[in-house]
Amino acid sequence: MRYIEPHGHMVSRTTDDYLDMVTAGCAAVCEPAFWAGFDRSSADGFHDYFCQLTEHEPRRAARYGLPHYCWLCINPKESEDVKLAEDVIALIPQFLDRPTVLGIGEIGLNKNSRNEVKVLEQHVDLAARHDQLILVHTPHLEDKLKGTRLILDVIKSDSRIRPGRVLIDHVEEHTVKSVLDRGHWAGMTLYPISKCTPARAIDILDVYGGERLWMNSACDWGESVPLAVPRTAFEMRRRGWSAEAVDRVVFQNPVRFLSQCPKFKLPE
Amino acid sequence: MTRQQVLDLYFMDARCKLIELAAFLDRVDRATGEADFRLAAFRAALGGLASDETGRAAGVLRSFSDPTDQPIEKATVKGAVGAWPG
Repeated sequence: MRYIEPHGHMVSRTTDDYLDMVTAGCAAVCEPAFWAGFDRSSADGFHDYFCQLTEHEPRRAARYGLPHYCWLCINPKESEDVKLAEDVIALIPQFLDRPTVLGIGEIGLNKNSRNEVKVLEQHVDLAARHDQLILVHTPHLEDKLKGTRLILDVIKSDSRIRPGRVLIDHVEEHTVKSVLDRGHWAGMTLYPISKCTPARAIDILDVYGGERLWMNSACDWGESVPLAVPRTAFEMRRRGWSAEAVDRVVFQNPVRFLSQCPKFKLPE
Repeated sequence: MTRQQVLDLYFMDARCKLIELAAFLDRVDRATGEADFRLAAFRAALGGLASDETGRAAGVLRSFSDPTDQPIEKATVKGAVGAWPG
């Protein structure tokens, strides 16, 4: 089996995880910029983080033969401080030409505040000005439904953004339809407690089809499972999905979306 | 999948989770002190399980969700607790 891990926070993981992922058939990993679990005190911290994402982490993954790509932004968890966010957003253009940067992400909302919306609009503007793909984080738990609606409205209001170049991540049963109806791609995150279990993710695929959906582990420093995608692929096979149909969801779909960025290339 | 296949694959898992829910409610009953808004939200969501209509998972998720449509003034915390406090 082959698969793409389209959302993994590998800076928070050990090299054992890289080994396990490659052994399970991972062909590439993509790492959105994320909250470190604590607030950074200045834009300088983000500069170092962007260097880590674009220089150090690709080298670490390469030791396991795994292509590593990334997305850049200030995560919505740190967007309440608009001045900090503006300073960080101003840093991003100098990194956009780096060979493993796929676009702007994971932007979005966390608690659905006015400042978070303002910073989201600035990120969307940045992506539009630089013709970048967009990866969107939708809020957690009770904030997801409202946040998804607000995010969809922000994106729709910028006419420069083509819906098919935006992936809205962490969808669940109550948000997936609205995302797909707007022409976006949707990501399902496989978490042990919050977000989707493997069984529910496959239910969503059964109901909505697998045309513009992908699955990810979003493994990070919290409760998460780096092998969640291949384990879900195994459950798809148990539920009668053909090997070809599984491959479409876990490999071909991420390749289709990510290949809209010409820098995304898999080794021959 | 046939219904028989779904039962073969998921019945024991769903049975386990159902008993966990029942045990959780028993545990809450045995505990002391006042419950907060999450327990009421949980009981309200449980009602959706008895529905004969499909879409129960989405219904449960919606019942825990913030139903408002305007951004809040300021984010004072980062985390979510699983149910809207109102």
